[in-house]
Amino acid sequence: MSKTVPVRLEVNGVEHQLDVEPRVLLVHALRDRLGLTGTHVGCDTSNCGACTVHLNGRAVKSCTVLAVQADGAAVTTIEGMGNEQQLHPLQEAFWNDHGLQCGYCTPGMIMAAAGLLAENPNPTESEVRHALEGNLCRCTGYHNIVKAVLDAAAVGSGVTAQPEVKA
Amino acid sequence: MSVEPGGEVGGEITKIASEHAAQNGADAAAPSNHVGQAMRRKEDPRLITGRARYVDDITLPGTLWMAFVRSPEANAKIVSIDTSAAQEHPGVHAVFTGPDLTDLAGPLPMAWVPPGIEVNNPEHWPLAREHVRHVGDPVAVVLGVDRYGVVDAAEDVVVEYDALPAVTDPEAALEGPPYVHEQLGTNKVHEWSLPNDRLQAGFDEAEVVIERRVVNHRTAGAPIEPRGVLADYRAGSLTVWSSTQVPHFVRLFLAILLGMSEERVRVIAPEVGGGFGAKLQMTGEEVLAAWCSRKLGQPVKWIETRSENMAVNHQGRDQIAYCRMGAKRDGTITAFHVKIIADLGAYNMLLTPTIPALGAFVMSGVYKIPAVHTDVVGVFTNKCPTDAIRGAGRPEATHMIEVCIDQLAAELDMDLLELRRKNFVPSDAFPAEMATGVIYDSGDYDKSLDKLLEHVDLDAFRREQTELRQQGVYRGIGFSTYTEICGLAPTRVVGPEGFGNQAGFWESALVRVHNTGAVTAYTGASPHGQGHETAFAQIVADKLGVDPSVVEVVHGDTGTGPEGRNTYGSRSLAVGGESLARCAKKVADKARAIVAHQLEAAPEDIELRDGKFSVRGSPDRGMTLAEVAGAAYLNQVPEGMEPGLEETSFWEPENFVFPFGAHACVVDVDAETGKVKVVRYVAVDDCGKAINPMLIEGQVHGGVVHAIGQALYERVHYDESGQLITGTFVDYALPTAAELPSFELDRTETPSPVNSLGVKGVGEAGTIAASAAVTNAVIDAVRPLGVSYMNMPLTPMRVWEAISEAQGRKEGVSA
Ligand code: FES
Ligand code: FES
Repeated sequence: MSKTVPVRLEVNGVEHQLDVEPRVLLVHALRDRLGLTGTHVGCDTSNCGACTVHLNGRAVKSCTVLAVQADGAAVTTIEGMGNEQQLHPLQEAFWNDHGLQCGYCTPGMIMAAAGLLAENPNPTESEVRHALEGNLCRCTGYHNIVKAVLDAAAVGSGVTAQPEVKA
Repeated sequence: MSVEPGGEVGGEITKIASEHAAQNGADAAAPSNHVGQAMRRKEDPRLITGRARYVDDITLPGTLWMAFVRSPEANAKIVSIDTSAAQEHPGVHAVFTGPDLTDLAGPLPMAWVPPGIEVNNPEHWPLAREHVRHVGDPVAVVLGVDRYGVVDAAEDVVVEYDALPAVTDPEAALEGPPYVHEQLGTNKVHEWSLPNDRLQAGFDEAEVVIERRVVNHRTAGAPIEPRGVLADYRAGSLTVWSSTQVPHFVRLFLAILLGMSEERVRVIAPEVGGGFGAKLQMTGEEVLAAWCSRKLGQPVKWIETRSENMAVNHQGRDQIAYCRMGAKRDGTITAFHVKIIADLGAYNMLLTPTIPALGAFVMSGVYKIPAVHTDVVGVFTNKCPTDAIRGAGRPEATHMIEVCIDQLAAELDMDLLELRRKNFVPSDAFPAEMATGVIYDSGDYDKSLDKLLEHVDLDAFRREQTELRQQGVYRGIGFSTYTEICGLAPTRVVGPEGFGNQAGFWESALVRVHNTGAVTAYTGASPHGQGHETAFAQIVADKLGVDPSVVEVVHGDTGTGPEGRNTYGSRSLAVGGESLARCAKKVADKARAIVAHQLEAAPEDIELRDGKFSVRGSPDRGMTLAEVAGAAYLNQVPEGMEPGLEETSFWEPENFVFPFGAHACVVDVDAETGKVKVVRYVAVDDCGKAINPMLIEGQVHGGVVHAIGQALYERVHYDESGQLITGTFVDYALPTAAELPSFELDRTETPSPVNSLGVKGVGEAGTIAASAAVTNAVIDAVRPLGVSYMNMPLTPMRVWEAISEAQGRKEGVSA
């Protein structure tokens, strides 16, 4: 194991100090070090998008970012979007529209969709489909995922992609 | 009169229980109307909030990571393995190679052997001994404390190979050498037929015969969660968490291979991120994780990378079929003969040699063909083994039939749909015995096609097509009218005495009503995204007069409910769901007896109405399930009856079920580039009675896209030397949202007589139907350019080549 370096991350509004090897991926820091296992890994070539999180408000694939690169950044993961008592409109829409089956792609899909809605609160179907091109789902055929994103947009969810509470 | 459990029959505990039940709604009477409703899923809250637990999310103290050293060669002798440098890495606890596994009771199992034939089945060990036979074949494992560290160490394991020529073309492999397994002196795995002695007569009657070579190329299951295992051996007991569809099978085989007593092995399928058949397997990785945990006395975790998954998770399809279809001039099909050459890869896995044979049972499709005959030849090649992938043999068969029907229609110059209708098994013929020997349970093929045509105006389409062609736009439509065989059971047909599967094909259920009237339902089925927790809760709730929110469905854990037979072959609902329905009915029967006893009525007079077990004719005299449970656990039951409210069932159907439907696909082909775009997809499916229509639609969406992927984008590709070209998601093109349209779905409901729910399976139907609809549509689009036939995958390159070749022919240039 090589030398570690200190990294400061604000994840879902909570400050964390970590010592990580420079090569550690952000996704592994989140999952293995912070226990935030809602962010998934589905590939090793940055194709599947299962690992999508928000880095300073922008959707990124956390398998493509080193933890050290995220030093000082604010990260939002699926756990920061909402909980069972208070679901984010996208979570609610995925549930209502059967936008998931095995659920493995779902956190990444929701984070990517939130990224889209933050930039474009009223996307067309085609815009949703193209925005989610980097997120693979093998279960749903995307039909209900696209529907869920459009439905969430209709109730206005783009603006709440960042958690408001700070711990 | 209504009995108060806390008053007349109960004490303090019952009172507390009933108050608690009132709080969570378990005591509420619920009318039995949940079946058939599009209830949103009970499993979703944990999945959409990131609180679900897949294998990689589970960590145990002291866990060691396991990483593999895998062969870069397609065919090679292992000359030497030097693990010393790897052992030196900090944090590495052990490195094991093939010869270390001397205490395994046997090689990896092949559990389904077509009976009465020879199957060449060379030994297949979790780590290669002396020889590797495909890229990715494992040669060593490294165990250590750090996820990244074991990968570093694995890179320092030095393996010297003596590379040998590889064989990758199954037809060339049949001619051999080189041989994948030198000692066999052949690459043939087996030959099997579903014969028909009327075949010659059928072709004699035919006035037209078409012959096509139909290729179903190799594809990957590609669940988005790769496989993974966490094994924990402690004090003589083994617990394994595995991303599997078949925890009950894995438990049995792990016990056998590790020489352990079965009750000491518990296998848990936690949240499983998709399966599609790719996780219907007893894998070497599972055996190794368990073996290493026992050897080292620590938990062992292996999480597959996508690159590993693409190289070593069993793949599917890979069949070359020589099809001959004979018909009279009026369109009556008289004979269908298919000879399948199935590329099985380097080894037989759990079900490998039977997968191509499964298609033979539906080789008659939805048509009353008097003579249908299928021959299968299995072949070893230096590739990853094939086994069940979504549809397993039936998508291939349906593709063969439905593509041939279109080709025949063109040959006869007959309308595609008229030809189909002329040969449909008529709706009054069910149960219909087919030339394949299989009995279709129920069907109404005209009805689903009629319904499809309510959505698709074919005349209008043809007019539009002609106009578009004048503008240089090549639009085509393709149809697929299909049936499939699923609901894997009955043992008499598929088991050891029948088609050779070494298992019985019932499914188990256990329904437990708790003190408060809340219900836990255990099933032996093991879902991985389908929504069992919701659909099964709807079924049980209706049988017991409670709300589905107080029915918890427990699955995928050999340590909880009864023995089970898992999930594959679209069997969960038709076998497992029915088993639960019957089990819940047993509980309801006991409840009726208890209520009759309490209310001094006859059990026959107790009916479940609006969520109460009440006396017929006097609905106010009754008890809710919570009240019955109160009585049952206070032993206020009739003389001679045991206390408690819980039953177990093992149920097996008499026949398979046969879902069916009609699909239409519209595509545009860019004649300049060969690029195909799916413009519209309409599917009418009939899977019997609907338990939850929303879940059915989800299954159809995903199934159809799986087949669109095969038809247009996906292909596992090896070069001639056996190197895997499509080893990542960069090269293996899964369909994305951007390529696809939204779908138009409809249903007909023709109940199955095989089970009391009237249900059939739907997990594979979309995949079975769709590849032919897409292929037929592309061919329809480019016919005016002179192309009359093409095989999948219809990539831009292939379509462009076909168009160029046809144009060359037209212009008299040799292509
Ligand atoms: S895991 Fe990050 S894109 Fe696949
Ligand atoms: S829901 Fe399974 S991969 Fe998308």
